[in-house]
Amino acid sequence: MTATVERTGDEAAEPAGAGETADERILRTSSLRKLLARPELGSAVGALAVFLFFAFAADGFLNASSLSTVLYASSTIGIMAVPVALLMIGGEFDLSAGVLVTSSALVSSMFSYQMTANAWVGVGVSLLVTLAIGAFNGFVLTRTKLPSFIVTLGTFLMLTGMNLGFTKLIDGTVSTKTIGDMEGFPSAHAVFASTLSLGGVDVKVTILWWLGLVALASWILLRTRTGNWIFAVGGNEDAARAVGVPVAKTKIGLYTGVAFGAWISGQHLLFSFDAVQSGEGVGNELIYIIAAVIGGCLITGGHGSAVGSAVGALLFGMTSKGIVFAEWNPDWFKFFLGAMLLLATLLNTWVRKRAEAVK
Amino acid sequence: MTETEKRTALVELSGVGKRYGNVRALEGVSLEVHAGEITCVLGDNGAGKSTLIKTIAGLHRHDTGTLLIEGEETRLASPREALDRGIATVYQDLAVVPLMPVWRNFFLGSEPRTGVGPFKRLDTDLMRRTTREALLRMGIDLRDVDQPIGTLSGGERQCVAIARAVHFGAKVLILDEPTAALGVKQSGVVLKYVAAARDEGLGVVLITHNPHHAYLVGDRFVLLRRGTMVGRHTRDDITLDELTRQMAGGSDLDALRHELRRG
Repeated sequence: MTATVERTGDEAAEPAGAGETADERILRTSSLRKLLARPELGSAVGALAVFLFFAFAADGFLNASSLSTVLYASSTIGIMAVPVALLMIGGEFDLSAGVLVTSSALVSSMFSYQMTANAWVGVGVSLLVTLAIGAFNGFVLTRTKLPSFIVTLGTFLMLTGMNLGFTKLIDGTVSTKTIGDMEGFPSAHAVFASTLSLGGVDVKVTILWWLGLVALASWILLRTRTGNWIFAVGGNEDAARAVGVPVAKTKIGLYTGVAFGAWISGQHLLFSFDAVQSGEGVGNELIYIIAAVIGGCLITGGHGSAVGSAVGALLFGMTSKGIVFAEWNPDWFKFFLGAMLLLATLLNTWVRKRAEAVK
Repeated sequence: MTETEKRTALVELSGVGKRYGNVRALEGVSLEVHAGEITCVLGDNGAGKSTLIKTIAGLHRHDTGTLLIEGEETRLASPREALDRGIATVYQDLAVVPLMPVWRNFFLGSEPRTGVGPFKRLDTDLMRRTTREALLRMGIDLRDVDQPIGTLSGGERQCVAIARAVHFGAKVLILDEPTAALGVKQSGVVLKYVAAARDEGLGVVLITHNPHHAYLVGDRFVLLRRGTMVGRHTRDDITLDELTRQMAGGSDLDALRHELRRG
């Protein structure tokens, strides 16, 4: 503590951060170090490298249609990576996120079919059920104080069983009946699974959902009270509680957010085709977490960004499609994914050490 | 201790006790906290200091005795209630989120907002400016309020926490061993800010096991040992030597000195 009290009041009253403070000690924080503290940095550098790599290695990677395919693949992961990233910043996991997408699609499709209702009724019921499952995750977590790994592993297994069990019980097979001829299907298809033509390039509507979610999540994280609470409950839960942050409410809200993402993804899954395979979604929960971690979310919570998760999802999309465009054996995809995960986590750990270092 | 006794104390405990199951953590503790005064609670590890402050901070309720806040008998249900009654606590682990910037930490739990409806947002300019000003008012000139609070030294973080409590209009400030993990120089700096908080008119409860630090700033002293109160003094009726002697175990220390005497 080198407090210098002799500075004048006028000088001190000026707002910080405008670079007007001629304080010699600020020089020690170089702009490079500030850049390094950005959670997205590692993934952004990685994404650029992967982009350049495939731009040279894969013929046609730079075509508008190829890039559109890459963005579509990224968006299907990205829609879920955004709320999963927020949850991880809040210090928790959700292993049930992957199968919850399928559950959401199943509820929507089966309700519409069984009740012979407008497809939008199913979509609405699905929203309520999916949000309730998310809130249940958060409620059990905050009530029992069990680790989220255990709680959501439990709901993951239960949902996996229920997806298959209920579908077989109601439809007799592992996939739902087609709802393609039902009322409301065309408009729901337009909202959740259509392809728009922007300047001659086909753009999947999920990309817009994805960008919208990234913008919304960034706003919440950086500019709202809720965002402050999310960082705080993930960074130091006890401290947050001691200063009056509603920890349980924040966490339940985060799980409900994941459920909201699962609802969008689930409706996309359903309305892309007209039926759902009940066994889908298993394993995707890890992909969402990987995208969030590559994007700079600390696995221990308290640090990360929505934009980072988007870059993580983009890396995922570029790698998975780039390998196809380069006509390589897609088996190598997992290898690249693993290597990127390791590199990103190493970089993040290093950044956190720099940030937390006590002089 | 006559004329101050007449004023209504900000916080007054009489005969307060607390049990955890069959463990008697605290029994028969009385103390008072007045505006513009520092009440020191001294005791060795396990003396019941933490239990005592948790009672005043609203983390748990006392089982016996009475707790008066500004003359009104109270049983605090939560830290939030204590905060609303003007009792702020700065814990040993500081209740800060290391990875968050100083200004976000400063306002955590009481964020000012601007805008309407769905566009209600944090007033980040006000938050940054206020943080800087509030710290300066306490005599803390921080390099950059955007740095993660984890990059500050222990003493600096302690000072930010004190400034935060003062800024949010606390009437009573409880400090849990603010100097325990600090070096001599840093301890001095923290004590300076403790005195600054007192000069702002706050009633301060300083928990410590260092009688030298306590005597530097304290007006009243309460000594705890094994969960009970073994002494209660004002500054006029005790010397540093006597305080140190009692703190170190009084007669136990005499016996130890006798044992250790050469030849």
